[in-house]
Amino acid sequence: MIKWIREGQVWNSIFRHGIPRDRRTRAMAVLSNVFLHLHPVAVRKSGIRLSFTWCMGGLTFFLFLVEIVTGVLLMFYYRPVVEYAYNDIQAMRSGVVSMGLLREIHRWAAHAMIIAIWLHMLRVFLTGSYKPPREFNWTVGVILLVLTMLLSFTGYLLPWDQLAMWAITVGSNMARATPLAGHEGPGASFLVIDGVPLIHAGSDARFQLLAGTFVGPNALLRFYVLHCVFIPVVVTVLIAVHFWRIRKDGGISGPL
Amino acid sequence: MDYLLAESGIDRIKHAINVICEPAPFFVLSCVALGVFLIGYRFWTKPVVAAIFGGGAVLFYALSALDPNFFLIIAKPDNVPISIMMLLVGFFTWLAFRQAAINDERLEKGEPLLEAGADDKVLVWPDLVYTEFIALILCTAFLIVWAIYLRAPLEQPADPSVAPNPAKAPWYFLGLQELLVYFDPWIAGVLLPGLIILGLVALPYIDKNPRGNGYYTFKERWFVITTYMFGWVVLWVVLIVFGTFLRGPNWIFFGPYEFWDAHKLAALLNIQFRDIFWIKALGRGLPGHWLVREAPGLAFIGFWFTGLPFLLAWTVMRKIYRQIGFIRYVIAVQLLLWMFLVPLKMAFRWTINLQYFVAITEFFFNI
Ligand code: HEM
Repeated sequence: MIKWIREGQVWNSIFRHGIPRDRRTRAMAVLSNVFLHLHPVAVRKSGIRLSFTWCMGGLTFFLFLVEIVTGVLLMFYYRPVVEYAYNDIQAMRSGVVSMGLLREIHRWAAHAMIIAIWLHMLRVFLTGSYKPPREFNWTVGVILLVLTMLLSFTGYLLPWDQLAMWAITVGSNMARATPLAGHEGPGASFLVIDGVPLIHAGSDARFQLLAGTFVGPNALLRFYVLHCVFIPVVVTVLIAVHFWRIRKDGGISGPL
Repeated sequence: MDYLLAESGIDRIKHAINVICEPAPFFVLSCVALGVFLIGYRFWTKPVVAAIFGGGAVLFYALSALDPNFFLIIAKPDNVPISIMMLLVGFFTWLAFRQAAINDERLEKGEPLLEAGADDKVLVWPDLVYTEFIALILCTAFLIVWAIYLRAPLEQPADPSVAPNPAKAPWYFLGLQELLVYFDPWIAGVLLPGLIILGLVALPYIDKNPRGNGYYTFKERWFVITTYMFGWVVLWVVLIVFGTFLRGPNWIFFGPYEFWDAHKLAALLNIQFRDIFWIKALGRGLPGHWLVREAPGLAFIGFWFTGLPFLLAWTVMRKIYRQIGFIRYVIAVQLLLWMFLVPLKMAFRWTINLQYFVAITEFFFNI
C-alpha cells in the first residue's frame, strides 16, 4: 500500500526526491522544499549546536507563526467596535463560541515571543554575532524587536476591559510628552503661528496615535488595524529580509 | 508555643526582606550582584556552584509564594510571564557565561574553542531540521499546558471614568514606567526608549573590537559585555520586576510580603538642584529669570554631556578613544552618559530627595 502511494503520480508530483536517506536525497529534501529552502543544504556544525543559538531565533519565528494562525482564527469572532469588543471576548471566554484555548494560546504565545526575542538578542550579542559582516542584520533585528513589542502593545487594547484600556492609557500618555510634538512636551509651546498654538491636545503626537484625546472607539479601530494588518505585514517582510541576510552574511556566525 | 516563636521568626525574616527590597538597596544590591558575577564568572558558572545558587533562588521564590500577599501579585495571569522570564534569563545567562568561561580558558592555553571547526559541515536534513522539529514540539506542548492551566485575563469592561489604582502599562514596559519615578515622561517615556533603540542600532558600528566574533567570550570583550549586561539585566529586567511586583497603589513601594494598602502614604519631599544652590548654599532667594535660576543645573548637565566626554577621553577612555576615533567616540559616550544619568539621578533621589537637576517648568523642560 505505502509502496503504491510512493510510486503513484500524486506522491511524485509533490515530492520530487526519494526518502531522505543518503546525502543526495537529503540535500534534495531541503533544496526542493520552499520552506526548508530557507536553510542552506549544509551548515557549520558549531552553528547549530543547541547551546550556541539556543534555537531562540527559530522559536521566535515559530511563536510568530502561532500568533498568525491563532490570530486569524480569533478575527472570525471579534469585532473591533466598542459595543461588541468586550462581549465578543467574553463569549469566547465563557465558551458561548467554542474556541478551545485559542485566546489563551494567542495571549501566552505573545508574551513568550517577547521573552524569546529578548533572549535571541542576548545570545546574538554575547556571541558577538552583530560584528561585521552582520551589522545590518542586527539593525533589521532591532526594528523587528520594536515592531514585536508594538504588536503586543496594540493587541493589549483589543479585549477592551479595564486592564486593556488603562494599560494603553498609561502607555500612550507618554506621547503627550514628546519633545516638540506632544502638548506637554518640552518646546511644544514655542510652536505657535500667529498666536495660535500648533501643538495642543487635539493635534499632538498622542492624538495621532489614538485618533482622539482619550482611548476611545477610534483608538480601538486604529489599534485593531495596526495589530491585525499593518504591523504583521511589515514584520513578515522584515523576517524575510532577516533570514535572507543570515545566509548572505555567511550563515550562523562562528569563529573566523 | 514553639509554633508562635517560629511564626515571629519568619515574620522577622519577611520584614527584613521587605526592607531590603526598597528601591535603593534593591537596585544597589542588583548592581553588586551583577558585578560580583561578572568578576568571578569562571567560578560562579561552574555547574555545581550555579546549580546551588540557581536551586536556592528557585527554592526561595517558591517559599515566598507561600506568602499570600506575594502570591497574589505573582499569580496575576499577566505577571506569570515575568516569573518565567526571570527563570530563563538566569538559565541562559549561566549557559552563555559558562561557555565564555570555557572558551576564555582555552584561549589562554591556546586550545581550540568550543565553536571551533569552521569547516566541519553537516547536512541540514537531518541535523538541523530535527533539532528544530523537537524544539517546536516542546514549545507547543509548553504553550498548551500554559493555556490549560492559566486562563487569559478579562477584567471589567473598559470604563474611562474608573481608573484602577495602580494603573500599569503592559509588563514589558514597566521598567520604563518605573523610571517615571525619577524622570519626567519626556525622558522616561520618549527619550530613553528612543536612545535604547538608537544605541542598539549603533552598537555594531561603534564596537570596533574585532575579537569575540562568533563565539562566547567575556575576557576579550569585557567592557562592551559589562555595559550591555548592566543595561539589560539591571536597567531593564530588574526594573520590570520592581515595577510589577513592588509597586502598589499610587506607585508607592510595597515589600514583597506587604499587603497593597491603598491608604499607605509616602513622604513626598522634593528638592530642586537650584534650591540647593541658591537658597541653601548662597543663602538668598531664587532669581527671577528662569535662565539665571536654572543656571547651576544647566551647568551641571552641560558638564555631564560636554565636559565629561573630554575628561573621559583624556583619562580612563583614552584607549577606547584611540581605538574607535572621534565620531564613534562622541556617539558612544553620549549614549553611555545618558545610560548612567539614570542611576545617578536615582542616587540623588534616594540620598537628598532631588527631583530635578534642571526644572524649567515654564515649558516642561525638566531633567
Ligand atoms: C521577529 C523576530 C526575529 C526572528 C524571527 C529572528 C530569527 C532569527 C533566526 C531563526 C536566526 C538564526 C540563528 C538563531 O536562531 O539564533 C537569527 C539570527 C540572527 N538574528 Fe534574529 N530574529 C529576530 C529578531 C532579531 C533581533 C531582535 C535581533 C537583534 C537585535 C536579531 C539579530 C540577529 C542576528 C545578527 C542574527 C545572525 C546571528 C548569527 O549569524 O549568529 N534578530 N534570527
